Amino acid sequence: MNLSKIFKNVFLVVIFGLIVTACATKKSVKTTTESTTTTKAAETQKADPIEKLDALMQGDVYIGSDTVGELASGVPDRVFFATNETILTTASRETLRKQAAWLRQNSDVTVVVEGHADERGTREYNLALGERRANAAKDYLMTYGVSSDRIKVLSYGKERPVDSGSNPLSWSKNRRSVTVKAN
Amino acid sequence: MKKNLFLIILFYVILKPSISFSLVEIDITRGNLDPMPISVSPFFSDKITDENIKKNLNIENLGIEISRIIENNLEKTGLFDAIEKEAFLQKPDIAHLKPRFEDWALIKSQVLITGKVTSKIINEKDYINIEFKLWDVLGAKMVDGFSLTTTPRSWRRVGHKISDKVYERLTGESGYFDTRIIYVAEEGPKTQRIKKLALMDQDGFNTKYITLGSELVLTPRFNPANDKEITYMSYFRNMPRVYIVNLQTGEQKVVGDFRGMTFAPRFSPDGTKLIMSLAKDGNSEIWVRNLETNIQEKLTDHPSIDTSPSYSPDGKFITFNSDRSGYQQIYVMRSDGSKVKRISFGKGIYGTPVWSPRGDLIAFTKLHKGKFFIGVMRTDGTGERLLTENFYQEAPSWSPNGRIIIFYRETKTDDKGEGFSAKLWSIDLTGYNERLVSTETDASDPSWSSLLGN
Repeated sequence: MNLSKIFKNVFLVVIFGLIVTACATKKSVKTTTESTTTTKAAETQKADPIEKLDALMQGDVYIGSDTVGELASGVPDRVFFATNETILTTASRETLRKQAAWLRQNSDVTVVVEGHADERGTREYNLALGERRANAAKDYLMTYGVSSDRIKVLSYGKERPVDSGSNPLSWSKNRRSVTVKAN
Repeated sequence: MKKNLFLIILFYVILKPSISFSLVEIDITRGNLDPMPISVSPFFSDKITDENIKKNLNIENLGIEISRIIENNLEKTGLFDAIEKEAFLQKPDIAHLKPRFEDWALIKSQVLITGKVTSKIINEKDYINIEFKLWDVLGAKMVDGFSLTTTPRSWRRVGHKISDKVYERLTGESGYFDTRIIYVAEEGPKTQRIKKLALMDQDGFNTKYITLGSELVLTPRFNPANDKEITYMSYFRNMPRVYIVNLQTGEQKVVGDFRGMTFAPRFSPDGTKLIMSLAKDGNSEIWVRNLETNIQEKLTDHPSIDTSPSYSPDGKFITFNSDRSGYQQIYVMRSDGSKVKRISFGKGIYGTPVWSPRGDLIAFTKLHKGKFFIGVMRTDGTGERLLTENFYQEAPSWSPNGRIIIFYRETKTDDKGEGFSAKLWSIDLTGYNERLVSTETDASDPSWSSLLGN
């Protein structure tokens, strides 16, 4: 074994030593400075009674009535989406058909469709996602006879949650597009 | 054989410092394993200076305050350990003139910083002159120093400039203390957050609010070529658009004339261009606008979400995130939009890529199994390293020397939806030295300036 090879091996050993101490230190820092919130996320999820969630969510799309307002009497103002999705569910399409019918009858009304995302995504991506969701709703309204110049689209990304909870049910309520009268 | 190995280890350890500098050198890749003991002597000032400073700044002892800025900056790197001033044996004025090195060696100090503050009147205006010296205690000699004359109210910046000089001399890396951070100050309940643009010194002092909170503002970013200019996104008049603000004059203008939401802005490294996303008809694409010619051009052309663009420091490439593969992943393309290549292939989804000012790494946010990570990878996607893990964190921004990443972290709310907070944090590229960055209010979307000009 020549000298340079020995040197190399020793160097590796030294480096390895550093890494081992490094890992040890890192672990201890983490446990002391971080709370254990992340591990609890899964537990709360499990702790929620399954029957209750089933009644309020289908897959991870919200199907309950909490936070749902009215665009007009008997016309719900919002539709909900699955995580990272912009596809309209059967229930969403029914809601939007009701909105379209009412808007056709009230032709002087203009609306803003506000698109929202939950807090589990990066801010900029969520702005784009909110815009996509609002446009999915707008396109459907247009299909059912509402002209595009009556519908403005505004994405809030994750900036305006309706439910401040940090759990799957709260997030499902926040993944929404809301049709709001503009005049 | 065993004996040889032992000798070589000794040889390596002893020889290493003397190879590069005469002064003890710090290996910053090791983080805070073994911080170097340093002494920062209070800067000396005479009676007349004290009176003038009291009159101008209402500060009793500026010399102590400056030494504290330096101590605080250096300690926060995790590389230095400042020795308590009560242990000092020598008075500040004599130490600055000629330290008795044995006294400083006795309290285990390897490095000594001394200084002097003198008030001056030039053309009937008050100025302060600050002199500083960096001493190698073991080598028993002065190794660096400078003298600066400035207006009294810039005194904190002098402390930062001294910190930069010391850091540069001891680590061989450029400093990052004479810098500012622009961020979004947050207040109010989670469902109705009030957000304002805020600007502060890197150490949390001198906070100024740039907007009033009457409209939603997001993602401010410094112009890397001009620390007086930022870009951000505002919901002014419910028209979410990208703006450029001159921090000196307060003048602001909307960027471009787009029908649709513009967002995710960032300057080119030379400050002549702005990249951003335009969302229109349910599709987000990346655009560039030349700020000198006002010509704007679409760079991506894909029905997926393309956003969060960031230039390489040479301006030749752009990294961004796109969900064209089905989920958010990181891509690199040439700055003309050609040669798009996916670089992230690990498990989970990847977003907010930001090119390091050194050019060799891309910082990112990753979501995997319900947890958020800040990490770095090489620009070809290899060598992924996750630095920190939490319930929610994102938006990495690099210190100008590429050694530290600042980001924001949000807490999980309790069963009643309460307990939400957003704070700035910083972490070394090594994954060590994670620190809360102090801000007056809750904070998010930090962006680190370049070293300040004059």
